[in-house]
Amino acid sequence: MSDLPKSDEILSGLEYEKKPAAGWMDTPVEIKKGMYCYASNVKSVEYLGLPNARTWNPLDDDWLLPENWQEILHKGFKERLERFRSFKVFMDICVRCGACADKCHFFIGTGDPKNMPVLRAELLRSVYRNDFTTAGKIFGRIAGARPMTLAVLKEWWYYLFQCSECRRCSVFCPYGIDTAEITIMGRELLNLLGLNIDWIATPVANCYRTGNHLGIQPHAFKDMLDFFVEDIEEITGINVEPSYNKKGADILFITPSGDVFADPGTYTCMGYLILFKYLKDKYGLDVTWSTYASEGGNFGFFTSHETMKRLNAKMYAEAKRLGVKWILGGECGHMWRVISQYMDTLNGPADFLEEPVSPITGTKFENAKSTKMVHISEFTADLIKHGKLELDPSRNDNFKVTFHDSCNPARGMGMLDEPRYVIKKTCNNFFEMPANTIRENTFCCGSGSGLNAGEDMELRMCGGLPRANAVKHVHEKFGVNMLACVCAIDRAALPDLMNYWVPGVDVTGITELVGNALILPGEKERETDLRGEPLPGMEEDDA
Amino acid sequence: MNVKYMFSLMAVILLFLLAYAGVEVAGLQVVFGIVIPYAAFAVFLVGFANRVMCWAYSPVPFRIPTTCGQQTSLPWIKQAKLDCPSTTGGVIVRMILEITVFRSLFRNLKLKMHEGGKLAYSLELFLWLGALAFHYSFLVVCVRHLRFFTEPVPFFVKILEKLDGFFQFGLPIVYLSGIVLLAAVIYLCLRRMLMPQVNYISLASDFFPLFLIMGIAVTGIMMRYFTKVDVVGIKEFTMGLVTFRPAVPAGVGGLFYVHLFFVCTLLAYFPFSKLMHMGGVFMSPTRNLPCDTRAKRHVNPWNYPVPVHTYEEYEEDFREHMIEAGLPVEEKE
Ligand code: SF4
Ligand code: SF4
Repeated sequence: MSDLPKSDEILSGLEYEKKPAAGWMDTPVEIKKGMYCYASNVKSVEYLGLPNARTWNPLDDDWLLPENWQEILHKGFKERLERFRSFKVFMDICVRCGACADKCHFFIGTGDPKNMPVLRAELLRSVYRNDFTTAGKIFGRIAGARPMTLAVLKEWWYYLFQCSECRRCSVFCPYGIDTAEITIMGRELLNLLGLNIDWIATPVANCYRTGNHLGIQPHAFKDMLDFFVEDIEEITGINVEPSYNKKGADILFITPSGDVFADPGTYTCMGYLILFKYLKDKYGLDVTWSTYASEGGNFGFFTSHETMKRLNAKMYAEAKRLGVKWILGGECGHMWRVISQYMDTLNGPADFLEEPVSPITGTKFENAKSTKMVHISEFTADLIKHGKLELDPSRNDNFKVTFHDSCNPARGMGMLDEPRYVIKKTCNNFFEMPANTIRENTFCCGSGSGLNAGEDMELRMCGGLPRANAVKHVHEKFGVNMLACVCAIDRAALPDLMNYWVPGVDVTGITELVGNALILPGEKERETDLRGEPLPGMEEDDA
Repeated sequence: MNVKYMFSLMAVILLFLLAYAGVEVAGLQVVFGIVIPYAAFAVFLVGFANRVMCWAYSPVPFRIPTTCGQQTSLPWIKQAKLDCPSTTGGVIVRMILEITVFRSLFRNLKLKMHEGGKLAYSLELFLWLGALAFHYSFLVVCVRHLRFFTEPVPFFVKILEKLDGFFQFGLPIVYLSGIVLLAAVIYLCLRRMLMPQVNYISLASDFFPLFLIMGIAVTGIMMRYFTKVDVVGIKEFTMGLVTFRPAVPAGVGGLFYVHLFFVCTLLAYFPFSKLMHMGGVFMSPTRNLPCDTRAKRHVNPWNYPVPVHTYEEYEEDFREHMIEAGLPVEEKE
């Protein structure tokens, strides 16, 4: 990205108190390079049978919309108001108090007032008032109403794809107005006109066909894991060969495919393999991977509720086919938001599965009684608490770790302490970032909800500013050099972000730390960690 | 000059003139004293009920509470019972705290950029304080006005009057609530005018109710402390209204009708505006649902089947590769 501005240029350009001369309705949208993602590829849209597949370019004047596009939108809007109370209520009750205004990382990082959550929502509300409320129909602009025009549509597209649906704004709103929910509806409406971005549309098409984002076919999926098996054997002397699509296994394990293919997620993946091998040898627990349901992350979530359901169906279908007891889920953000809020409703009831119980500790996961899906951090924390894992945390002594609460596990499921517990038991150096930037107040990586493309790097660096700023604080204060997280998008997005704002900080998943610390029965003396870096005290041998 | 608030200010001034001239010049006491109040009240009731029913009519297909704290999970991990409630009881307490003390607003943080590009977030309580002062003083004022509509006056209204008039500065007793209400409304209004971000997001329809309430407070205070209206006459009049034997009071000046007209406008405006947050705050699915999404199944009334890529189709696509890689398949060709 040669035209990405320098980090201090972005910083010095930020001005939060400056008010633009013209009102927001009079400020037309300007689609800027580096701040948007490429338009959806026609083939992907076609493959999924979504409306209005065509080749189009956001920078063109003509977006090649269907003749009756306003009508389609109006009808779609109405339908969604009738289907979702959240949408209707959130359209009506915002008092524009501004409590959410400076809570959005995209506003903090860009200074663009239309990135204040309330204004992002007003983009839709203005049309809602015009089309669906008496006051709007009578008083028009005075009541904050405006008709849907092409300019408004472009503004919708631009700003709805500058929201990572992280829900931070919702924590602070006195009515719990969730701008992410509004964004979700807005994106559904845009999809009715075929206006998605390609970093969403193509992964969705891939997931649909092959089961995962990257379109990795079954044999290639196995090949990739085989690589890790070899690497692990080199490091530990143990063959951790996993099982695939195995009928009658105890547990089906599903993780985002990002872990299988991109560093540093791959190290987390090695962590999973080591953990499962350990559990198999010590306790006879049989965990299987699936090539069919080889994706946890669900980008259908950024397309429509229907597409989300179509992709999600594979997890339960596969669990049923294989006859496992319950499902264990890997470290992924969007996956867990979907599992937590939608899955049981959309794809359940999962009555062919058993209520999850850890066969090793006997712990009943009461909180996952109905979905039958347990998060790996919950599972591991329970194992450690019961003393079932033999750990040597000093193997992670090269790392000074801080923890980034990924938005979705934090604000979509409330998982805050389990990963912290695992980190503290597998590392000796753990430091928290400032209180107002973690837990439910956590900041997004800036690349969530399908914005993790290459072409919108400037947007991502801006959006990630608040996160990076907090990391920088602990980096300078405590020498933190490792940022842990429980999300595959984080693992893909945060390394770029750290390079840009806080060089010298690496990114890891939690299970990588577990993989490093876990002492496999019969292993040889380890000299390196899973990244192939010398372990503390082993550096001399290397030289 | 800012059009948004000038427009709202003009509208309120116009309403003032309308009522004042309507009574003082045109002698339309019956219209402003009887017809409009009944009509406004009817619009308020029907409109409010309508709006709430319209919301209730849309289902809540998914359980989407915002988790603002630790979930229920392993027995040794402490759950945030109020911010991530997993029981109905917990939800009720969460809602009560939202509604009575504006808990989410209390969390408000202020962003500041320090030297060297360091961002810091600190507690910012003014909006919360302003909102609390505004809503509670408004509530007290409303309850206090019940003495005009009841005979005998209920005990709690009397007690509240006593408390409200605790600070006696001379005669007549000064009610704190009226003063606080006016001050809070002015604060909220100034906030909208002077803070760049809040100004930018404000619409004319945000200023209008503020000016209107300001008008109500000012006319109320004027009548009580300065022009000294005939309270006995007014009570007779209001009792007439509530007992459906309306009669126009004699010797009550234009200011009273202006006050009344402002209140009527507010009532009639209410259901069509953001003031409906009063009802909506109870209906927000991010706050009023328990955070037990994985433990209990929630049913979507309009859930329908969707096309899926089945395992059979998948295996059909990749069978050869799978066999070659040694992956198990259902059907060996
Ligand atoms: S905090 Fe809520 S009510 Fe206030 S402006 Fe934001 S969305 Fe609207
Ligand atoms: S959901 Fe997140 S990204 Fe979207 S408006 Fe709210 S704070 Fe910003």
